[in-house]
Amino acid sequence: MDKLNVRLKTFQELFRRDRRPGDLVFACMFLLFCVFLLANLDDQVKWVKNTALVAEPAFWPTVSLIGMSVFAVLHLIGSLSSPRIYGRLKEFTFWVRSLEYVAYFLVYVNVVPTIGYLLSTLLFVLFLTFRLGYRRFQVFGISALFAVAVVLIFRAGLEVKIPAGQIYEYLPDWIRSFAMINL
Amino acid sequence: MIDAFLGGFHILMNWQVLMALLVGSIGGVIIGAIPGVGAAVAIAILLPATFGFEPIVGLTMLLGIYGSSMYGGAIPAILLNTPGTPVNALTTYDGYPMTKRGEAQRALSLAYSASFFGGVFAIVCLIILAPVLAMVAPHFGSREIFLAALLGIILVILAHRGQIMAAGMMAFFGIFLNTIGLEPAKYTQRFTFGQTWLTGGVDLIVLVLGLFAISQALFLMLEKDQTPHAERVQSNMLGGFAELLGLKRVAFVASSFGVMMGSIPGVGEFTAQFLSYTYAQKTSKHPEAFGKGSPEGLVASEAANNAVPPAAMIPLLALGIPGEALTAMMLSVFYVHNVIPGPQLFQGKMDFVIALYIAMLLLNLIVIVFLLFSTNLLLRITQIPTRYLGFVILTLSFVGVYSLRNSPVDCAISAGFGVFGLILKRLNLPIVPIILGVVLGGIMEVKLRSAMARVSSPIDFVNRPISAILMLIILFVIVQHIRALRFEHKQRQLKKQNGEDPSGQSVVAPEGF
Repeated sequence: MDKLNVRLKTFQELFRRDRRPGDLVFACMFLLFCVFLLANLDDQVKWVKNTALVAEPAFWPTVSLIGMSVFAVLHLIGSLSSPRIYGRLKEFTFWVRSLEYVAYFLVYVNVVPTIGYLLSTLLFVLFLTFRLGYRRFQVFGISALFAVAVVLIFRAGLEVKIPAGQIYEYLPDWIRSFAMINL
Repeated sequence: MIDAFLGGFHILMNWQVLMALLVGSIGGVIIGAIPGVGAAVAIAILLPATFGFEPIVGLTMLLGIYGSSMYGGAIPAILLNTPGTPVNALTTYDGYPMTKRGEAQRALSLAYSASFFGGVFAIVCLIILAPVLAMVAPHFGSREIFLAALLGIILVILAHRGQIMAAGMMAFFGIFLNTIGLEPAKYTQRFTFGQTWLTGGVDLIVLVLGLFAISQALFLMLEKDQTPHAERVQSNMLGGFAELLGLKRVAFVASSFGVMMGSIPGVGEFTAQFLSYTYAQKTSKHPEAFGKGSPEGLVASEAANNAVPPAAMIPLLALGIPGEALTAMMLSVFYVHNVIPGPQLFQGKMDFVIALYIAMLLLNLIVIVFLLFSTNLLLRITQIPTRYLGFVILTLSFVGVYSLRNSPVDCAISAGFGVFGLILKRLNLPIVPIILGVVLGGIMEVKLRSAMARVSSPIDFVNRPISAILMLIILFVIVQHIRALRFEHKQRQLKKQNGEDPSGQSVVAPEGF
């Protein structure tokens, strides 16, 4: 019994590591993700007859999922064996709070083809300046300049592929083609 | 070889290339000087914009950022105790104490000169090694490249001491991500769940932008605002070169470690710095001064980290195997332009390779001249509030992702990986193994398939000298790691028996897992 206890303790020491708040939540969620993928392995990959094992389409997904799962189990063991730092809920809330900015980003992405890159970037940047707590007029001015500079550098200068806004169709003739190409 | 040099110069003597080099080098220093941005974020954002350029123009710009960001990263590390890029963390150990005792100018000057020495030393090594690489690279067939990629994966996992399980998990996750979509040999769907948007797989750039840029933007916007303040630095910066002459042994050894570690896939700056710093401390007449403002420690750290970027180009150019996240991103620039790095590049386009080497040499010259006169200007840039910086990165990330295919789905996937990257950063878990898993996983799949078609038994796999050596290195690395774990465990047991604190100096991962 003593020998078993010593072994268990050694095992625990071997896996002890730095553990931040929320580590256990992440370890469990990642392992669940691995289990979900493993459960779907048969449906999502094909084993083709008369094909060498390493040339099988299913070979690398299987290898990667087994590797992921083994390491995920060991990572979870590490999490359980390591001293806990409190603050799990606070940390989880921090992760969830990031979704607010993801939502703003996705709204921005979706309005670009409609109202154009310049206007959407201006609105996005000015809104975020306000949302992040900056109130000085000077900061808004800098943000507006930044938005215009980004559009001019990337769309007009580097000619990156960003579609012209649908509202540009309604612009007067003298500026329409300029806006279509540069803004 | 002389023809290749002349050809290399000819390629570089183009205003677009020189402009890209100038913009990349100076931009890299500025980006490196801003804590929280870093070369990875900048390269991820600029990557799609460079696809419209000639390969050499795009690559010199990205190389400029890659090679110069660490120069800039030393400024906040020394003056503010905040590393500009993660690899400048060790610079804070001795740089900041020097600032505190009123030697900021000396520390900066020494850091610049050590960085310059490390960078130039590594490029000279590359140029000397070029004929050898050109001779050896063609002997790398499918099985050798597969084994080199496998070695890269193993090393990137083992290099994360204290986080090996997490690094393994992330590396295999990367390999898994690479398998999603339509498989190219038998045209079967893999893990698409019937969704058409998954048929094309997960694009590397979408992933990189999410994990590096968007995650960093979210991280900065959600944290409390920080506006660091530092005093202006007086007098000129040339004194460090003279002082470096007295520390040439440390600079030489540190740069050599940088070259060696940089050329091994999956290892990189941190190991090079650790080895050179340990060497410098052990051989110093004043080891007690390390961590308290030792010029030798500063030189060891800066020379080693700046020697890595040129050396990291060795596996990338000669074998097509990226050693870390930044070279993995550069690999995509090669692919987009149908320039396939690997043995053929050394055989058929040596002038292109030499042009890249000369570009790296020039970037070091541009950066050092720029830094000698602009430290105080850069100091002002470091004082941009961090939350403001966060939304700047988020705005620029849009250009990177959206300009790829004008796909809102790509943006959503990237944002998803952004949240995932944020969680990893908060938990201090590694991100780089995911990127290397994606890139090296793809290489391993293709190369293993073509290698196995040419071998009749598993032993044939290692019947060529290079493949046998690579296999021996893989076995050696694994055995050596297990031995190190056993040794550390025994040391702990001994300390316990003697009634000492078994965790010793490090409370993190005492056993190396």
